[in-house]
Amino acid sequence: MNWAGLYAVLSGVNRHSTAIGRIWLSVIFIFRIMVLVVAAESVWGDEKSAFTCNTQQPGCNSVCYDHFFPISHIRLWALQLILVTTPALLVAMHVAYQQHQEKKLLVMTGHGDAKHLEEVKKHKMRIAGSLWWTYVCSVVFRLLFEAVFMYLFYMIYPGYQMVRLVKCEAYPCPNTVDCFVSRPTEKTIFTVFMLVTSSVCIVLNMAELVYLVVRACARRGHHNSNPSSAKGSFYGHKLSSEYKQNEINQLLTEQDGSLKDMLRRNPSLQEKGDRCSAC
Amino acid sequence: MDWGALQTILGGVNKHSTSIGKIWLTVLFIFRIMILVVAAEKVWGDEQDDFICNTLQPGCKNVCYDHFFPISHIRLWALQLIFVSTPALLVAMHVAYRRHEKKRQLRKGDQKCEYKDIEEIRSQRFHIEGTLWWTYTCSIFFRLVFESVFMYAFYFMYDGFRMPRLMKCSAWPCPNTVDCFVSRPTEKTVFTIFMIAVSSICILLNVAELCYLLTKFFLRRSRKAGNQKQHPNHENKEETKQNEMNELISDSCQNTVIGFTSS
Repeated sequence: MNWAGLYAVLSGVNRHSTAIGRIWLSVIFIFRIMVLVVAAESVWGDEKSAFTCNTQQPGCNSVCYDHFFPISHIRLWALQLILVTTPALLVAMHVAYQQHQEKKLLVMTGHGDAKHLEEVKKHKMRIAGSLWWTYVCSVVFRLLFEAVFMYLFYMIYPGYQMVRLVKCEAYPCPNTVDCFVSRPTEKTIFTVFMLVTSSVCIVLNMAELVYLVVRACARRGHHNSNPSSAKGSFYGHKLSSEYKQNEINQLLTEQDGSLKDMLRRNPSLQEKGDRCSAC
Repeated sequence: MDWGALQTILGGVNKHSTSIGKIWLTVLFIFRIMILVVAAEKVWGDEQDDFICNTLQPGCKNVCYDHFFPISHIRLWALQLIFVSTPALLVAMHVAYRRHEKKRQLRKGDQKCEYKDIEEIRSQRFHIEGTLWWTYTCSIFFRLVFESVFMYAFYFMYDGFRMPRLMKCSAWPCPNTVDCFVSRPTEKTVFTIFMIAVSSICILLNVAELCYLLTKFFLRRSRKAGNQKQHPNHENKEETKQNEMNELISDSCQNTVIGFTSS
């Protein structure tokens, strides 16, 4: 399991994302993960071996390195990228669950053949209903993780700049000892680059959140202007078979693509669905 | 996620590029990325370990190396290649968006949609015209900008493209002025010149592609204007659309449109 494995896992999520979500995923993979792998890792490759202290005291080098670099930038970025990309898996799980429900419905209504089941797998889910909430939660978590890691970075390495010289007096170093960091300028350049791309990703996530909220409000406004639900008492309504039927119908109308097309093409199936009260 | 993954991503864009664009992509992958990975990275592999300064003062070597090499050639080329290849993704996104629209039309059962099934839409190659032309031209423009910016950054940082054998360093904590010797300077100069030359070829290819696109655009426009002049009475939209379709058919050498009827 490496970055390529993560790419394979997340490419599947790509299909059910919004356009902004796809751009975000491309930025993550090309400008962050790829830059980390092909460039940044080699810059930090010799960070410990080339960390030199002006002393011959054994152990001083190791202790000072450990004091000033509790966790390496590379490992921090790797953790950040993994945590930031995994909320998308929530969406993948929800989509898989919805597809499972759709397949069950098809089997119940007598269309459980391989062709229809394949169609369920292929069509793109609309981000509506409970999937909308899952998607929004995943975007919020992404934002949270990005912000937390940027703050952590700032706490551990104030100012995001890599200094050339650090003065160390941890035991067993005799007095205060000058220690020199390897490639500080190159490291600063890459730190700033990764910081900028992280900010771009935060902006994209916020834009996606705004887009989802606006879309949901627009859809709600559209529904309010077309009232269609029958009214009844709350519990009687919930327990009745008509409510169950309405739920099934809502499931059918919410899911875009092949299922709607199937029903449109087979009006007899629609009638059967209407008559069925025990579903 | 490495250069192989980038090649997979960009390979898809290749289908919708012009011939010059395809040549550019090949040059990029074979003469730049591959050379970087199989040869250049090894030449620069020991750049800091074998950077030797004529002093025993601890820290002097680190400081002098950092002073003369703020960012390594290899990393600069890696960033340049990433930035230069990503504008092609704009084109990929636009094509994906067009495909999505056609699929929607097909699903709605729109009469205007000339494709019969989704597989045909997936394998269809789109012509570079209309908004796609603008996206494509923008992507070439950005490529040119990034190439030039990186070449200038290179020249500015390393004062020319030659790698000197000896550098004199007097940064603290080096006592006085100290001689520092670079590892494999000639080999590095050879590869630097090679990469600069290929970069220039890529710039030329991009300029040629831009000219080709502009020429095609103006030719198509003058042909349209010529058609309209010849038929001044037939200015309504249907005839214009018909003429456009006829042009499309005569322009393309593959993928004939089926099922379209004359008005």
